[in-house]
Amino acid sequence: MKEGNRGLSLYTLLVFVFLLGPLVIISITSFEPGTVLKFPPEGFSLRWYRNIFEVSMFMETFKTSIIVSMLGNLLALLLGVPAAYALSRFEFRGRDTLNALFLSPVLIPGIVLGFTLLRYLIVVYGLPIYAGLLIGHTVIMLPFIIRVIASSLANFDFAVEEAAQSLGAGRLETFFKVVLPNIRSGILAAVLIAFLESFNNVDISVFMTGPGVSTLPIQMLTYVQNYFDPTIAAISVILMVLTAALMFIIERLMGFAYFTKR
Amino acid sequence: MALISLEQVSVAYDNRFILEDFNLQIEKGKLLSLLGPSGCGKTTTLRLIAGFLNAEQGKFMFGGKDYTNVPVNKRNFGFVFQSYALFPHMSVYDNVAFGLRLRKMKEAEVKQRVTRMLEIVSLGGFEKRLPKALSGGQRQRVAIARALVIEPDLLLFDEPLSNLDANLRVNMRVEIRRIQQELGITTVYVSHDQEECFSISDQVAVMNSGKIEQLAHPTTIFKYPASEYVARFIGFGNFIAFESRSDAGEDIELSRGALKFLAAKRPNGAGNLGMLGAIRPDDLQLWPSTQEAPLSGNTLSGRVQVSTYLGRSYQYEVETELGVFTVNQEMDVPFAQGEQVTIYFPKDKLVLVQ
Repeated sequence: MKEGNRGLSLYTLLVFVFLLGPLVIISITSFEPGTVLKFPPEGFSLRWYRNIFEVSMFMETFKTSIIVSMLGNLLALLLGVPAAYALSRFEFRGRDTLNALFLSPVLIPGIVLGFTLLRYLIVVYGLPIYAGLLIGHTVIMLPFIIRVIASSLANFDFAVEEAAQSLGAGRLETFFKVVLPNIRSGILAAVLIAFLESFNNVDISVFMTGPGVSTLPIQMLTYVQNYFDPTIAAISVILMVLTAALMFIIERLMGFAYFTKR
Repeated sequence: MALISLEQVSVAYDNRFILEDFNLQIEKGKLLSLLGPSGCGKTTTLRLIAGFLNAEQGKFMFGGKDYTNVPVNKRNFGFVFQSYALFPHMSVYDNVAFGLRLRKMKEAEVKQRVTRMLEIVSLGGFEKRLPKALSGGQRQRVAIARALVIEPDLLLFDEPLSNLDANLRVNMRVEIRRIQQELGITTVYVSHDQEECFSISDQVAVMNSGKIEQLAHPTTIFKYPASEYVARFIGFGNFIAFESRSDAGEDIELSRGALKFLAAKRPNGAGNLGMLGAIRPDDLQLWPSTQEAPLSGNTLSGRVQVSTYLGRSYQYEVETELGVFTVNQEMDVPFAQGEQVTIYFPKDKLVLVQ
C-alpha cells in the first residue's frame, strides 16, 4: 500500500459505514427483548423471530410473494427467452425499438407503472387481484430476464447452431440440444435476479394488492404503520440473508462483471 | 453428368444482388474451390449449397434431384466452419457423435464410427476433452471428423484454415486433401488464399462480384489467367495495354506505338484473345543498359526508381515509357536507385488477357 492512499482509504471506509451502518443497526436491534425497537438493545432474545412465525399474515403473504415471484418468473421466462433469442440472433427492422420497449419497465418509475397497471388491468379489464399482481410482476421481471439472457447469448457463436442443423437437427431440436445448454448459467442467473427484483418489490405491488391478497413487503409496510415492535427488524434480517445468499450464488454462476460490462 | 448444378441462381441482400444468374457444375468426387476476395460471393455460394440461404430465383440440383427447397437438416451435407463451431458443452466424442445420434443409430455403432473417424483425423485418445481444452488445429480436426462421420453426400469448407498459424495451415490443407481423396468425397472449398486453393483443388473458380471469372485446373489459371481481374488476383503485377495484334506463326505480334512485342500462343490454342499483356514480377528479367541484352526484341529500357530487399530476391520499381514495372530478381550485386536498365519480357511468360 502506498502512503498517499490513506485519505482515500478513510473515504472508502466512510462510504461503507454509510451504506452498511443501517443494516448493521437493524440486525442488532432485531435481537431486542423488549416490545419497542431501540438501539442499542437492552439484551438478547429471539422472541421477535419467533413472532414472525406466529403472525399468520406474515406467513400468508410470504407464501403469496413466493408464488407470485415464481409463477411470474416462469411467465417472464416463457416470454423472455424467445425474445432474447430473437433480439440476439436476427437482424431485423425495429429491433432497437423492440429492445427499448422490452427494457422500458425498468426505466419507467415504478409508481407510474404500478398506477398504469392498476388503471388498466383492474379498473378497465376487471381482472382479479391475484391475476393483476402476477401480470405486474411478470412485467417487471421481463427486462431482467431479457437483458441477462441476451448478454449470455452475445457470447454464443451462432455458427454452432448452423453446425447442428447441417448435421441433421431441426430448428427446435437445435435450440434445446445446442443453444439452451450453453446459456444455462445465464438463464439461472436471470431467474435469480428477476426473483429478487420481484420478491422485494414494493411500488408495483402496492397498487396491485388488495383485500385478501398481499405480498410480504406490503404486509411489512402495513405492519410498521400499526406496530413499532422489532418484528420488522427480524424479517429484514431474514430477507437480507436470503438476498445475500442469492447474490452469492449469482456471483458464483457468472460473476457480476457480466452485468456491469457493455 | 455433374453431381451438383446451380442453375441461373440469384441471391439478393438488401435489394442488392450478391449472385445473379449464377451457374456452376461440380463433378462427383472432385474438390472445387471458390477463390476470391471478401465480398465476391464465394461464401454466399457455399451457404446456398449448404441450405443456410435461399435463392430468390434459380435451381439447385443435386444428383439429378431438385434440392432447391430441401431444408438444411435434410440435405446430409457436411459443413466445416471458419470458427470450427464445435458444441462447447460437449466432449470431442459427443461432438462427433452428434450427427449419428440424430440419425437414431445404435450406440455401439456410433462408438465404432466415432472411434474410427477420430483415428482418421489423428485424434484418438482425445474423446473426453472439451473443445476449449484443444488447440486450434485439433479443434479444426474435430470439426472435420464431425462433418465426415455422417458420411455426407457433399463436404463444404468455409475458410477452414484462416484461424490457424502459417505452418499448421500447410499441414492441415495436406490433411484435408488426403482425407478427401481417400474417401473420394465431393468437396466445395472456400478461401481467399490463392496458394491454399491451388494446392488442394481439382478445379478452382475465381470469383469477382458474384460472377465466376475463370473456372479451370489450378495450373491453367496460374499460367493462363483468362481476364485482367484473375491475372491481378493471382499475382500478375505488370500490364501493357497493346494497340494492335496480329498472327505471327507460333506467336502473336503485338504493338504499341513504335514498340513491338511477341507473345507465345497458348498450347491448347484457346484464349489469348485480349489486347492486354500481363506478366509476373518474377518472370521479368533485368540487365544493366550498359550491357548488351542476350536476346533481341521484347525489351524495354527504364530507370530503377525504388529497390527493396525481399530476402530471396530484390524487388525493383522500374520506370519506363509504358509506366512503372515491378520486377523481382535474385542477384548478388543489386541495381542502385537511378540506374539505367533493360527489362526483358520472355515471350512464353507474356500472357494476353481480356
